[in-house]
Amino acid sequence: MTSHRLDARRMLCPLPVIRTQDRVAQLPAGDCLTVCCTDPGAVHDIPAWCRVNGHELLDIQHENGEILIRLRVGEE
Amino acid sequence: MTNKRKAVALISGGLDSLLAARVIQEQGIHVEGINFYTGFCVEGHTHAIRKKDRARPKRNNALWSAEQLGIKLHIVDIIEEYKDIVINPKHGYGANLNPCLDCKIFMVHKAREWIDSHDFDFIITGEVIGQRPKSQRKDTMPVIAQESGADDLLLRPLCARNLPPTRPEREGWVDREQLFGFEGRTRKPQMALANTFGFEEYAQPAGGCCFLTDQTYSRKLADLWKARGERRYELDDIMLLKVGRHLRPHPDFKMIIGREDGENKFLEGYRKQYVHLFTTTHRGPLVLIDGEVNDEGLELAARITARFSQGRDAELVDVEVHTLDGEQQVFRVRPIAGAAIPGGWYL
Repeated sequence: MTSHRLDARRMLCPLPVIRTQDRVAQLPAGDCLTVCCTDPGAVHDIPAWCRVNGHELLDIQHENGEILIRLRVGEE
Repeated sequence: MTNKRKAVALISGGLDSLLAARVIQEQGIHVEGINFYTGFCVEGHTHAIRKKDRARPKRNNALWSAEQLGIKLHIVDIIEEYKDIVINPKHGYGANLNPCLDCKIFMVHKAREWIDSHDFDFIITGEVIGQRPKSQRKDTMPVIAQESGADDLLLRPLCARNLPPTRPEREGWVDREQLFGFEGRTRKPQMALANTFGFEEYAQPAGGCCFLTDQTYSRKLADLWKARGERRYELDDIMLLKVGRHLRPHPDFKMIIGREDGENKFLEGYRKQYVHLFTTTHRGPLVLIDGEVNDEGLELAARITARFSQGRDAELVDVEVHTLDGEQQVFRVRPIAGAAIPGGWYL
């Protein structure tokens, strides 16, 4: 399992979701991705996207005005 | 053995596309959703910025629809390709700068490309004849099918009974008898069908889901094109049209003035790209300058900035100006009187 990071700061939803989707499409199942966002909408949209598309939301953390959303890539 | 047929549904997040997808799911078809992001989508943007909108549900309605349906949703970024639709719509604009018919043709065209590359069989939309004055009319339905290249692989489950049978119907992939013949602007049949399916909550976009249908937004976009002398835009341009108070005190520049902390914070992300101003002796907005501004213009901008700060009634207000080459200077100005700001400056 490998961990990856995606910078989606300053992007407004749904762009953080789209960038997450595009990055996840390049990763094998089981890898973890941390998405760094600033749009509060991402706290709702990325978990919803995970639920819809079969990925696992691991946790959400708030650090210095930034939001870190960690997910595990699911099976296709 | 027969393969299970697969359809992709254009999911806007509204009720009609939700119902259309469910109608086809009910016939045993595998359905996945596709949602196109143009940059002008109302979804999700300003509610994340403005305080007054924070009480609204923070959700992407397309994702929410997909969850209700239990289907995958593919969100496709078409920002760059979509520019040509906005700038040169073959079928023209609606009441504002909304190229609704060209937009629908383009999205169905993209969906056609998607089904070809993902081995799906047909496309579903939630269109209803007569529902929208520009794009959802009996005479535009075949135009969309033909010009998109989808032809008879485009099925509109909610009004299919009022249209010639499509290939999914003719081939028996779906049962035409279980499709619908909705027509007109009334929403009652859709609400009744939603009730049948147990959908108790759904988005009801009053003016559609696109900023281009909004008169004020379209006016600001038209102003942008006029000021630049050409019809072009970048993503940052159309994002900034959604944020702040826009004033054009001079043909060569306009001011984007944050209306509250959330907008100021958002505008902060653009400080390196724009000349910007803020008051230092009083609490006030962050202001971006879009265009070319000389010293005289900067002083006027500083007076306007002071006007929108808590120092509006003060004798003098200090305004710090940061230029693109990193230089900063302070203007000590008398705030401009509200009556001295012509209404025509407000975009």
